[in-house]
Amino acid sequence: MLDLIWLVPALPLTGFLLILLFGRRLGEPGAGIVATLMTAASFVVVGLMYLDMVSMPEQDRQRIVTLYSWIPVGDLQIDLAFLADPLSITMALFITGIGSLIHLYAIGYMHGDPKFPKFFMYLNLFVFSMLVLVLGENLLVTFLGWEGVGVCSYFLISFWHTRDSAATAGKKAFVTNRVGDWGMMVAMFLGFAAVGTISYDGLNDAAQSGAMGAVAATGIAMMLFVGAAGKSAQLPLYIWLPDAMEGPTPVSALIHAATMVTSGVFLLTRTAPVLAASYPWAGDVIATVGALTALFAATIAVAQTDIKKVLAYSTVSQLGFMFLAIGSGAYVAAIFHMVTHAFFKALLFLGSGSVIHGMHHEQDMRKMGALRKLMPVTGITFIIGWLAIAGVPPFAGFWSKDEILLYTFANNRLLYVIGVVAALLTAYYMTRQVIMVFFGQAQWNDHAEENGAHGDHTPHESPWTMLLPLVVLSGLSIVGGAIQLPFSKSTHFLGNWLAPVVHDAEVNIKGTWAYDNKWLLLGLAIVIATTGILASIAVYSRGKLTPVEPKLLADGWRYDSAISAIVGGPGRRAFDGVAAFDARIVDGAVNQVAKEVKATSSFFSRIQNGMIRSYAAIIGVGAVLVLAWFLVRGLL
Amino acid sequence: MSTMISAIEPTTSWYLILAALLFGIGAFGVLVRRNPLVMFMCIELMLNAVNLSFVALALSLDDINGQAVVLFVMVVASAEVVVGLGIIVAIMRRRTGMTADDLTELKG
Repeated sequence: MLDLIWLVPALPLTGFLLILLFGRRLGEPGAGIVATLMTAASFVVVGLMYLDMVSMPEQDRQRIVTLYSWIPVGDLQIDLAFLADPLSITMALFITGIGSLIHLYAIGYMHGDPKFPKFFMYLNLFVFSMLVLVLGENLLVTFLGWEGVGVCSYFLISFWHTRDSAATAGKKAFVTNRVGDWGMMVAMFLGFAAVGTISYDGLNDAAQSGAMGAVAATGIAMMLFVGAAGKSAQLPLYIWLPDAMEGPTPVSALIHAATMVTSGVFLLTRTAPVLAASYPWAGDVIATVGALTALFAATIAVAQTDIKKVLAYSTVSQLGFMFLAIGSGAYVAAIFHMVTHAFFKALLFLGSGSVIHGMHHEQDMRKMGALRKLMPVTGITFIIGWLAIAGVPPFAGFWSKDEILLYTFANNRLLYVIGVVAALLTAYYMTRQVIMVFFGQAQWNDHAEENGAHGDHTPHESPWTMLLPLVVLSGLSIVGGAIQLPFSKSTHFLGNWLAPVVHDAEVNIKGTWAYDNKWLLLGLAIVIATTGILASIAVYSRGKLTPVEPKLLADGWRYDSAISAIVGGPGRRAFDGVAAFDARIVDGAVNQVAKEVKATSSFFSRIQNGMIRSYAAIIGVGAVLVLAWFLVRGLL
Repeated sequence: MSTMISAIEPTTSWYLILAALLFGIGAFGVLVRRNPLVMFMCIELMLNAVNLSFVALALSLDDINGQAVVLFVMVVASAEVVVGLGIIVAIMRRRTGMTADDLTELKG
């Protein structure tokens, strides 16, 4: 069964090709059904592979399936190969699973769009690329998927490209991601230079055996982190993700919340031994960047008014938590949070999409309110998602966030404090969002005229294709935490499952104060979540306190405009200077050499006058001279 | 008189001098004449002058190699005539009354 792993990405690719060739004829909803079925079929194949793998003894749970030799150049031997192991199967399971749900949802959400088939074409291409990314056996195959998801993200963010802001947001995402891609490429070069291979097995073995020096390991790990920070929207490269909300909401849920943005976390987990072989400060850098991102984005989310922007900054913040976990060495916790986050954040995005759909494409939360009665299913599922992300037990987010904070406490208490504050803010802004959208006074009657066009202003519940994914995801958001419970070693289901690939870090923190008092920390997490929720209720529902939403936070600390000012002003001048240097000095040197050579050769080319008889004369004189030389030499 | 003439045995030097004269005439022709056809005949003259010296030396040195080389030269020369004449005739057809000095397209 594991040998059929190529089938997993091949199915969405088939869907992509089918819609590419017959998209017009399939139309609506044909193209959507084809795309959904292909992704669902891929999910079934991964599910069978999972069952197959579970029945195997633990040491056999790794299979490399080589399709063909891709780049055989001297010492550089790169195969197009897939790696089936617990980590890649876990990733593939939730990508195809959540992917199929979101495909189904999009059939309802994209109803009536003139580019309906094209949307599903891109969506299937994205799933294919994402699967190549996680199943790749070496960095280059992963990079192929990495670039694939990047370009699909670009297509889908600017899907409604006639809107100027969407086109700009797509470009912004693409350009920002190039910075990260540069890091990943440099990591590949360094890996090849240091150990002569870029396969994960080769790199990880070299790191574990010490064949890779600490300097090389640190370089590779830091460059991979640069790549991960670009793709997973960490400081300072997060700026593209909030703008990416210009895309259709299913895209935000699938690409910019559940799957693509977690690929940085996946990459660092895959190459965990390299980070372990680095200098200790490398991990600290990752943890610090993660913690700061978590806090920074959470503060911005507090003051956003666009329903999707709140969720976007929340995603950046939660990704920060995952990097905090990786920097603290808690890879299982990072994957755990990645999975639960995929459940509840996809749910929240799809819920917000349902709201936007029901509100006739209104995204401003100030114009919503009291929607829970008109949209009961959306309301209840959204509330479940809210409880999950806010960290209320026993919902999924509580367990994963708590595990990350436990490892952080054992590793670095300052970062723990930052993480706790970010968690508090998470509970606060999510409660604010739920109150503004589903509770309080209905604001949509006052503003309905502004939207014009629609005759019926009353928000309405969405069709079943949109509600079914919401219900399934809310179920997963409730029970998702059960895959890794902190009670004992035997309830660490995810950790035990990943054990052949991902080192369980629990032994590292045994004996620390944090580990001995983990129930205290658990209790503290509940207190934090409750405090955040109650504070938000006091502000936004009861009106006891005035909301604190400074303009500075609404503008995202003016980070965007600062970048525009720096890159547009001094940055532009500096690059103009570099361009001038290139044109005058570098190109100038090359051109001058060419000019000199041309002058010299045109001087000598005058000998070639084209007159046959003068050539003959020269040959004759030459022959006579040669003969004369022989004679003279004979005489001497 | 006839006995005197018959007494004069042509030695190898005579043949070599004749060959040198023929070669000189040929080389001179190539250098001064501008008609491609005449230049071509002069080259043939030079080739045959060399052939003559080969044969003469083969006799005097009693070495068959000299005669063998002549056969090779004749084969190569005939091949060269085919190609060379073909080119010259083609050029003359396109531009009548042309001289070798007019063919300067390949100058640097």
